[in-house]
Order: sequence, then structure tokens, then C-alpha cells
Amino acid sequence: MSGHTAPSLLLNDEQQMLSKTAHQFIHDRAPVARLRTLRDSKDETGFSRELWNEMAELGWLGLQIPEQYDGMGLGFFDLCVVLEQSGRELMPEPFVSTLLLGTQTLLLGGTDAQKKALLPGIASGETIVTLGYEEAGSHGDASMVATTARKSTAGFELSGAKLQVLDGHLAERIIVSATTSDSGYTLFLIDPARSGVTITRQFRIDGLNAAIVQLDAVPVERDDVIGEIGGGAVLLEAVFDRAGVGLSAQMLGASEQAFADTIEYLKEREQFGVPIGSFQALQHRAVSVYTELALTRSAVLAAARAIDDAPDDVPRLASLAKAIASETFMHAAKEAIQMHGGIGVTDEHDIGFYIKRAQATYMTFGKPSQHRQRWAELHGY
Amino acid sequence: MSDLEEFREDARAWVRENAPDSLRGTSGSGPFEGYWGGSKCEETDPDLLRWRDLGIEKGWTAPSWPKEYGGGGLSHEHEEIIHAEMKAIGVPRPVAGQGLAMFGPVLLEYGNDAQRAAHLPAIARGEMRWCQGYSEPNAGSDLASLQLKAERDRDEFVLNGQKVWTSHANLSDWICCLARTDPNAPKKQMGISVILADLNTPGITVKRIDLISGYSPFCETFFDDVRVPVGNLVGKENEGWTIAKAILDHERSSIGRSIARQPGSAQREVVGRTRKHLGVAEGVIPDPLLRDEIAALGMLEEAFHLTLARIQQSAASGTPGPEGSITKIVGTDLKQMRFELGMKVAGVDGLGWEGPGFDEDDLQYTRDWLRSRASTIEGGSSEIQKNIVSKRVLGLPEGKK
Repeated sequence: MSGHTAPSLLLNDEQQMLSKTAHQFIHDRAPVARLRTLRDSKDETGFSRELWNEMAELGWLGLQIPEQYDGMGLGFFDLCVVLEQSGRELMPEPFVSTLLLGTQTLLLGGTDAQKKALLPGIASGETIVTLGYEEAGSHGDASMVATTARKSTAGFELSGAKLQVLDGHLAERIIVSATTSDSGYTLFLIDPARSGVTITRQFRIDGLNAAIVQLDAVPVERDDVIGEIGGGAVLLEAVFDRAGVGLSAQMLGASEQAFADTIEYLKEREQFGVPIGSFQALQHRAVSVYTELALTRSAVLAAARAIDDAPDDVPRLASLAKAIASETFMHAAKEAIQMHGGIGVTDEHDIGFYIKRAQATYMTFGKPSQHRQRWAELHGY
Repeated sequence: MSDLEEFREDARAWVRENAPDSLRGTSGSGPFEGYWGGSKCEETDPDLLRWRDLGIEKGWTAPSWPKEYGGGGLSHEHEEIIHAEMKAIGVPRPVAGQGLAMFGPVLLEYGNDAQRAAHLPAIARGEMRWCQGYSEPNAGSDLASLQLKAERDRDEFVLNGQKVWTSHANLSDWICCLARTDPNAPKKQMGISVILADLNTPGITVKRIDLISGYSPFCETFFDDVRVPVGNLVGKENEGWTIAKAILDHERSSIGRSIARQPGSAQREVVGRTRKHLGVAEGVIPDPLLRDEIAALGMLEEAFHLTLARIQQSAASGTPGPEGSITKIVGTDLKQMRFELGMKVAGVDGLGWEGPGFDEDDLQYTRDWLRSRASTIEGGSSEIQKNIVSKRVLGLPEGKK
């Protein structure tokens, strides 16, 4: 905390209601077992368009989108309330691609025309927008950009390949980073229907949908630049801060659910004639996870609050939230499997999905060690 | 502006106007820092004594106690605000110690009018210092197996046995004891009573315990046919375990909070020691592994403070969550991490016990590091805390210990 007064870390009445409603809806309609069905049926979409549209009707997709673009005009904090609940059942719907990467890039760097063209569609559930930054050998470092944007008469020509682009298999628009001469890199909005774009579906461990986006001299106009020419790095850092906090809210929900399932199991499962939850060796480890969850919740709420109210605090609190949520989720997921014993490593049981998502989220938008280095820099050491 | 906000402005103005300059920035303003008082107190710092007197006059040594008992007659929210304003400029509370933090509240809740009138004003004025008499040589984590015998003899109790870890009994005036009044009770938690004893009573012997740090904050206290009036029984005879649990809960949350210090101070302390011992005056510390460790400490510290704030906010909103139970576990872990890292960066500079060739600050730090090892043991070990969270919060079934 930089000042003497801590930010408000409580949900107001409306947010508590939103959290309850989202919890019930997702619990009833989007159980984690869907991930198995979607995977085994090689579902073309990889998530439920129907659910996504229903959530749009409930107003959840446009919570943070300003009213002038057909959203509800609420804050990022409110969005995080829904994200946390979506994380509980590891929903594969395009929250990260569209509501975090796409929407935040547009809100932070988009022109009024770009926002008008895309945000209403995002709020209504029709439009999927994503962002591609991962490349061969970049190892999660978004500043390693080999994709190039060559100046042309109409604007630019993009060449290169982006990997693991979330929901890139069906996005209406894909934002990509590409180097623009020696002035750093720039973000461009591309229409995958353009000539020179090849999309190849990818399958990951965590049930999120992804694609390789191959660009061969793809023509884009000057109007398709997002933010400043050469301003990609600054913009992307701010986008990743927000996306990392949103992802942390999902990780918090996922950790809570994995932990709750594990506590249930500890109470039910009997060995040696007693519930295994009566063993102190397991009790103390369960308390350690509980403790980490309490700390993580505080960090996530503070970071989400800062995005709405205290922009100067965002970099450090976003790094705090991402680092701590990543470690907590991984710990909760590992302990969940261990405490479930043999059934925990079978594909038949749902608990195994959590460690797969934990691994993916750990590696996304900066590993904890990268955020600790950044935290150290921000604190002057 | 709400009443509380208005009160905060008044409290801020009063604290900033009256707190002596020499005390500012010296304290985390926890319940156990500053002037402990008592009849054996030899404090001579005029600023500390003046601050004490100003606090007494204002009723702000015990803001939430009734005025008739030397308090301020305010609510707990008001008290939180006063303490937060003292913390904001780093001045200690005008009077500190276990009497204010633990035994006063116990007497307010469980004592009778005579006991309150006899003890509370003296505690609020810092005139009488109190210590706890819970643990015994054979009753540590398993506190309910305590054996200090209290036998009724007409209008007196006769105490025989021994207490250990009695905090600063050598400097205290009164001790609050857990004693066994019914040795034949069917369960060990039954048959325990809370009895107060004046430490000047004949038959009480106090012996200091030297710790690995060289400090002696605790004592052994022996009871040999010690006679105290039955009026010193708090609550009902044989029903003291409920009170004991309330005292311990209170102690644990106080320890968690008092460990909190200023946000960011643990990280600053370790960074400062790193710069001093590694000779890096400013800028990036050129060891990425060390930076990672310090950042992990700084992040835990920040998350802990945010969690304390969240607990406080939800308590103030009338819906306290179960998170309060973890403050001692996390706070003491954080404290030990901080000292371990502070010692690690000092290397051999931190190996001095006393005498020449060592920096005074380093000698002190090393003693404090050793003292910090007790933090996860005293007031209920972390293991006992985890048993409690497991049972009360997670609802896991009780097993063999």
C-alpha cells in the first residue's frame, strides 16, 4: 500500500448480487466436465456460442464497455467479479481473448472509429477479437517480435507468424504486433479474411482454443493501426497489466473451486476407518492453501480496484496479483491432485483439469519470476 | 461527511498536535510497543511520559473503555481510527501492554463491577502492569492439561504449582492465571478457572528465563501456598476455559496485527541491509536471485497488509470473514522471512554476539533474528493455529493430535 488508506476491497451490494448470480449460472450451465466433451468431440468452435450469447444478454460481456459503445459502463472491478466465477469451472469461452486482450487493447489504444466498429459486437456476443504476440522462440516475451510491417502505398504489409493465438481459429479481428522499421513495434488490427492470412487450429492442455496465424504479405490500411506507430510496447504493457489482473481473477476462482472440491473429498474419503481429512498432515497442508487463497484474493481485488481508481498503482499491483495468483493456483492444483490420491490422476475425474489450466495461466502474461523482477525494478532495487 | 470521517479529522489533528517529535517514526503503533508502565517501571524519557499523560487526560489510552474506568467511552471504530492516526505518523500508543490489549477487555466482558473498578483505571493509567499465567512445564500446546492447583479454603484460594512463559512477570504487578479448581472434572477442559493474583503476595517467586537471543522477556513463576481472596475469581468457578479461549483468540489477533508494522517496511529494511553489506549504494542490486527473494518478501508483505485491510473493512461493514484466523500464521512467517533474508545478506557481518569488530546495529539485528524464532511458537504455535483453522474454518474432522 502506497498510502495510509487502503483501497476498498469489498464488493458493494450490486457486485455481491452479480457474483452470486454468475456463480449459480456458471455452476448450473457450465460445469468443468464440458472440457472433456469438447476435447473428445474435437468440437469445431471449442466452446459454447449459445452460453456466450446468453452471458451477453445478461450484460456480462459489456460490463466494462462504455455506454456509448452499447456496454454497461461499469468498471474493470465489476468485470473481475464475473471473471472470478468463470474461472471456477475453467470456462473455455473467449474471456481472455475478447474481454481481456481485444477489449482492453481497444479501450486503451483504439480510435473512436475502431471502438465503434468492434465494441458493440463484443458486448452483444457476436464479435470475437483476439491478440497474437507469441512467436517461435519468443518464450512469452512480447518484445521479441520477428513479424514485420513493411510500408506500402496503401499502408503496410505484414509478414510473420503468431502462435497460440487464443480463439484465433474463429476471431473476426486479430490484433498483432509487428516491427515498423527501427522505431520499435506497432499493433495492427487485421481481418483474417484478408489475402495472405492462414489460420491453423492448435490444441493446448488447458482446453482454451488457439491457432497459428500465418501472415504472408497481408495488406493493412493506415486506419488499422492501433495506438501510435512504434508505440506497441507501451500499449501492450498496459494491456498485459489489465489482462494479467483479469486472468488472476479467473485463477483465484479456479483455485477456490479446486480447493473446495478437495476439502469435500477430505471429508468424504475414508481410509483406516476414518475420513482422511482427520489426518493432521493433510489438514495443515490444506490450511496453507487456504492462507494463500486469502492473500491472493486481497491482491486481486486491490489490483482490479487500482485499474479503475488508481492508475499509478497498476503496474506494481498487477505484478503482485499475477505473481501470487499464479503460485497459489499451481499450489492448489498440485495439492488437489495429491489429496485426491489415485483418482486425481485419472482422466475420468475433473480435478486434473485444474493443473492443466494452472500451468497455462502460470506461463501467460509473465511468469511469477518475471513479475518479481519487475516489482524489484518498480521499487528501485 | 459522516461522523466517523469527522472524528478521523479531529483525531488526526489531535495526534499531530500533541505527539512529541522524538517519538514520531519510531513505532508501528501496535498494542505491545511503547510505554508498558507498572509500579516497577523505570522509564525516564520525558517525551514518552508526557505522551502517556496526554493520552490519559484525553481518555485515549483505552479509547473504547467506559469513561468511569479511565477510558474514552468511544466505539471500537473510533478506537481503530485513533490507532490508525498514531500509526500514520509512527508514534506508539500512549500506554501499551497486555493489560490494555488483553486483560482489560477480559474484565470488561467477564469480570464483575468490583473487579473492573479495582483494576481497569490502573491499567488505563499505566500504573499497574499485567502478565499472563497460562503455560506450564507440562502444558504448552496442550494448554488444557494445566495443573496449577487452586484449592478453596473458606474465602480464599490457595495456589500451588508453577507457570512458565509468564511474560515479564519480574516487571509486572498482577498475573492472570488459569488454575485447576476441580481436579476430578470428567474432561480436562472442565474444572479450570481464571484467577487473578497480586505478584507481591507471599509465596510467589519469579525467575527470569534467558532466551537464545540473550533477552529475558519471559519468566518462570512459582506458587507455594499462595493465598488470594475468592473475589479474584473471574467468571464462574470451573468455567474458565471459555474465557481462556477468548483471551487466546485476542492475543493471537493482537500478535498478528502488532507484527504488521508499516507497509513496505520489511522490504525497505532488507533492501537497506543489502545495500549496506553488499556495498551497492543505489540502483539495481546486481544479483537476480537475491532480487527475486527480496521481491517475494515484499509481495508477501503487501498481500498481508492488503489482507489485514480487507479483514478490517469487512469487520467494519458488519460481516467479519473467517480470514482473521490466519493473521498470526502469516504475520509470523513474514517476520521470520524478513529476518532470515536480513541475516543472509549480512553474511559474516551478522555473526557477532557482542564486543569489538561488529557494528552496533548488526549486533542488535542478530539478537532480533534469534528472538524472531519464538514468534511462531508463542501465543499458540503455528501448528496449533493450523489445527484451529482446520477445525473452525475448513470444518475438517478432528483427529488424533
